[in-house]
Amino acid sequence: MTAETLIEVNDLNFSYGARAILKGIQMSMPRGQVVAIMGGSGSGKTTLLKLIGGTIQPTSGYVKFAGEVVHELNRDALFKLRRKMGMLFQFGALFTDLSVFDNVAFQMREHTNLPESMIRDLVLMKLHAVGLRGAHHLMPNELSGGMARRVALARSIALDPMLIMYDEPFTGLDPISLSVIGNLIRRLTDALGMTSIVVTHDVQESLKIVDYVYFIADGVIAAEGTPKEVRESIAPFVHQFVHGEEDGPVPFHYPAQTYKKDLNLEDNFA
Amino acid sequence: MPNRIVSSIQNIGHRVIESVWRLGVASRFFILVLLKSGTSLRRFNLVIRELYFTGVLSLIIIVVSGLFVGMVLGLQGYETLQKYGSESAVGTLVALSLVRELGPVVAALLFASRAGSAITAEIGLMKATEQLAAMGMMAVDPIARVVAPRFWAGVISMPFLAAIFSVMGVFGGYLVTVVFIGVDEGSFWSQMQSAVDFRFDILNGFIKSCFFGVAVTAIAVFEGYDAPPTAEGVSGATTRTVVTSSLVILGLDFILTAFMFRGVS
Amino acid sequence: MQRTTMDLWVGLFVVTGIIALMILSLKVGNLNVYNPSHSYVITGNFENIGGLKVRAPVKGAGVVVGRVTDIQFSTQTYDAIVTMSLDSRFTFPKDTFASILTSGLLGEQYIGLAAGGDDVMLKDGDKVMKTNSAMVLEELIGRFLFDKAAKDDSL
Repeated sequence: MTAETLIEVNDLNFSYGARAILKGIQMSMPRGQVVAIMGGSGSGKTTLLKLIGGTIQPTSGYVKFAGEVVHELNRDALFKLRRKMGMLFQFGALFTDLSVFDNVAFQMREHTNLPESMIRDLVLMKLHAVGLRGAHHLMPNELSGGMARRVALARSIALDPMLIMYDEPFTGLDPISLSVIGNLIRRLTDALGMTSIVVTHDVQESLKIVDYVYFIADGVIAAEGTPKEVRESIAPFVHQFVHGEEDGPVPFHYPAQTYKKDLNLEDNFA
Repeated sequence: MPNRIVSSIQNIGHRVIESVWRLGVASRFFILVLLKSGTSLRRFNLVIRELYFTGVLSLIIIVVSGLFVGMVLGLQGYETLQKYGSESAVGTLVALSLVRELGPVVAALLFASRAGSAITAEIGLMKATEQLAAMGMMAVDPIARVVAPRFWAGVISMPFLAAIFSVMGVFGGYLVTVVFIGVDEGSFWSQMQSAVDFRFDILNGFIKSCFFGVAVTAIAVFEGYDAPPTAEGVSGATTRTVVTSSLVILGLDFILTAFMFRGVS
Repeated sequence: MQRTTMDLWVGLFVVTGIIALMILSLKVGNLNVYNPSHSYVITGNFENIGGLKVRAPVKGAGVVVGRVTDIQFSTQTYDAIVTMSLDSRFTFPKDTFASILTSGLLGEQYIGLAAGGDDVMLKDGDKVMKTNSAMVLEELIGRFLFDKAAKDDSL
């Protein structure tokens, strides 16, 4: 494994108005690895992906992708940079008015001048890699959730990017589709020499396939490590998250005044 | 309750500022669409695809409504004009009201509710299902690839639809008055032809429909692009498209009419 | 480039639209009678134009040959200068008589041209010398009453 860094996140802060979403994030992702970013709902994981993709600007700090600071690029340079990135959205985000074939061919037609016959071969190759070559003529609304995500995966590797970001790739899938997607992420990363960032809260599935894990809670990195370290970790937050315990550092109860006070049990005797 | 008065005044002020703000955003978006139209002109196939959805699929409602509006105009016009013994002028009445006003205006209203709402819903849904974001991440500008072709298709279809509406209306008027009631065919056409002027009536009606086309599709694409990415957001935006563009059509019609026919009979 | 049935429909749509515009121009608007690009302009002074409007038709023997394009009031002669644009296919002799007439009892007013016998034809920018003003209802009634009074007196 080479130690060459593809993505470097340095002291990254982001806030919506006065609400801080990310506070001083520090990350480093080497080429060729599958990195998972885990955390509860609303912990700022998706925001981090958007910052890497350059769709939003950080409040301070920076994200460096292949040596370039993402938020300092102008529009054209950013678009050029994004051709080296792929992103798999939560529910695939396939273009509903295009067939599976045209969805996968979309970027090739937009960004290259390849002849139609070559596009056809390439599309079928990409679809074959996700096992859906036979479904190239279907429309997105004829696909199941797992198939749609596989097509979206084929679409995001269409131009052989250096990086693929997966936004909650395991949400709402049955166990079979789930492990199919998980294995595809691992296999494609290794076969194409890409780097993958998987944003998820599915602990068990992702620990099987990733090389390194970051835990984000309340906008800061709460813990990090290899899957082995994470499983054996005794840090309370990691332990709660990995084993799915109800109460712990992340409390079951939303912060409130005391139960007794809410039910007016104390005031009556005051 | 002075507090309530203050808060309601604040509320009104807030709403006014909010709508002026939105208007500013919409104008900036409109200019952005125009600036990024290069792709749709270079790849005209994209516009042709949208022409099918906005133009061809609006044809049926335009043809049928035009026919009925013309028939009603013919019937009502005949009832009134025959009291003065000038029922042969019914052709003039039908043609002038259609070419100058009803053709462009009613066709635009129908277009707003048929094609405008569809454009808003489609773009809003693409936004809600992250298709626009996905496109952006694939280094393809959604305004150039999704919005601009729909805008130009709408702008192109509107004058055609208005003209088809007017022709169907004249035909409907002809059907009722000449074929059913029995007004003299020769005087129907000749009175119409001597009264309708190419430059003042037909060209001005054509210009009106071009304005309406730009207004309706600009509103439709903006509302779609600006819709909150939820189911309620998209349905609200669709309703707003129809309401706003109907109001804009009627207001714009008044302004254009005042400009075009000012000081002329 | 691939051809789809969608292209056919769009093509049909555009053709229908263009045909509709042509029907409006030719059949409804009767564009072929009056083509402003092949026209010449003449003027005429009228004592009283009555209800004549810009865009009113100019007719020769009942056929539309042009339109009124402008009406001005002259401060030198205190009458109305009417500018007419005529189709260049129709030429009229120099001594043509222009009168303001009414179609029907309550219809629109138009200018009727009655050709004279001159060999020289009217050219662009020429002025029609012989004009006949509009019939104004009040004058008509006044004249009628005056005539009747004169007749009664003579009895």
